[in-house]
Amino acid sequence: MSALISRLKAWPRRLLVLVLLITPVTVASEDGIDEADLSNLVLQDCGSCHGMTLRGGLGPPLRPDDLERMSAGAVAALIREGVPGTAMPPWKALLSEPEIVWISERLKSGALIKGPQE
Amino acid sequence: MRQKAIMLALVMVMLLGLSACQSPATVNELRGTGDLGLVIERASGSVLVVETTGNSVLGRVEGLGDLSHASVVYSRDGRYGYVFGRDGGLTKVDLLTRSITERVMQSGNSIGGAISQDGRYVAVSNYEPGGVKVFDSETLALVADVPATYTNAEGETAQSKTVGLVDAPGNQFVFSLFDAGEIWTLDMAADSHEITRYDAGDAPYDGLITPDGRYYIAGLFGEDGLSMLDLWEPQAGVTDILPGYGKGEQKLPVYKMPHLEGWAIADGRAFVPAVGHHQVLVADMNDWSLMDRIDVQGQPVFVMASPDNRQIWVSFAHPDNDVIQVIDARTRKIIHTLEPGKAVLHMEFTPRGERVWVSARDSNRVTVYDTRTLDPVATLSAENPSGIFFTSRAHSLGL
Repeated sequence: MSALISRLKAWPRRLLVLVLLITPVTVASEDGIDEADLSNLVLQDCGSCHGMTLRGGLGPPLRPDDLERMSAGAVAALIREGVPGTAMPPWKALLSEPEIVWISERLKSGALIKGPQE
Repeated sequence: MRQKAIMLALVMVMLLGLSACQSPATVNELRGTGDLGLVIERASGSVLVVETTGNSVLGRVEGLGDLSHASVVYSRDGRYGYVFGRDGGLTKVDLLTRSITERVMQSGNSIGGAISQDGRYVAVSNYEPGGVKVFDSETLALVADVPATYTNAEGETAQSKTVGLVDAPGNQFVFSLFDAGEIWTLDMAADSHEITRYDAGDAPYDGLITPDGRYYIAGLFGEDGLSMLDLWEPQAGVTDILPGYGKGEQKLPVYKMPHLEGWAIADGRAFVPAVGHHQVLVADMNDWSLMDRIDVQGQPVFVMASPDNRQIWVSFAHPDNDVIQVIDARTRKIIHTLEPGKAVLHMEFTPRGERVWVSARDSNRVTVYDTRTLDPVATLSAENPSGIFFTSRAHSLGL
């Protein structure tokens, strides 16, 4: 198992993303993450401010290029605590830590964006 | 020879028959548009053409782009719907032929629009680049481009996101500047397209105009209370109404901003979604003072009165968004809690209010309720439905 994980880690990131994309998303993962549900939350609910294609709205765009200067950890912190003084609420009351990490990683990689990314 | 001619005639008749079959059935069907509407299917970039007499879907029109947060206004004859997409797309849909007649990509990122009192102009409110563009409602040719310029905190000229765009009497448009904290009027009656600017509260996020077209009211994210412009006395400027209603109270996180469109005004009182409080606020319209707060089960998003103003229907923000609460306008008590499905996004009353249509995005359906019995009378399948817009909006100010 650990050998498999280290082999996976050795894979180029894009391939890993591809694997994540083709893995059936309805199955809850080990952390109890319902990936289809979370993906829907990001696109539909986060999308009401950030745009369903994450190109922004009343809130800023969240495509990989837009998040270039932030680490996945920084993105996670922002989701967890929100941005005081803005419309961005803290999500820690609604999302678990693994869920927040899951979302931040996929925002950084762009894995949740559907359709052509130009 | 004669046989050949007959054969040819027969073939001709068959071909004609075939082509008639292939053309949309609606083209030959004589009907009005008063009971029609559009339902936004936000994920698939399509709209459903629906009718409210038999509660049915007539057809689907595709190819409208990113329809998250889309809205619709109607031509004065109720035949064409102008669909405002999030991606800056403005699409003119013919409800009778169920097809797209015009479509322009007019900005990078937009948030709704309005049609002028005389029906000649369609205006779109844009985030990026911030401002308002006005189009000829017939051709969608650009008529006016109004960048929402202001001086930001660093002393530089910037363009603000615009929100809460509505039409107003006198062939005007009114809108708010999110980043600048201003309300602007744009006069389309004269060719000069004169703009008048008014200082407003901090971070207006949406606006509405009262059904009589007199008061323009902007909701504020940056502070409690609302900014109001009396269009009968615009020289008096913007006044604050319901100031400090949440003073000294810890605000709750807001996971979806309330909408002000379809604001409920019943019995001399206005019913408003609070921001950061699980309450519907009730304002006395004589002096705009706060007269009551109604506790509800979540952050309200839409607070809408039935056409007879007897019931107030309330939808909610994530994560409490699987229910609708119905308030009796007279007693100001919750009389019913309905569960139309997962992620309830919008509701729309039929013009005389005997039915209300409710969309449940994650249940992929629209439920039609009888407003007297509060029982569901029909369900329609739709792909991630969000906004529901009936053609009766063609004849209402501000819708």
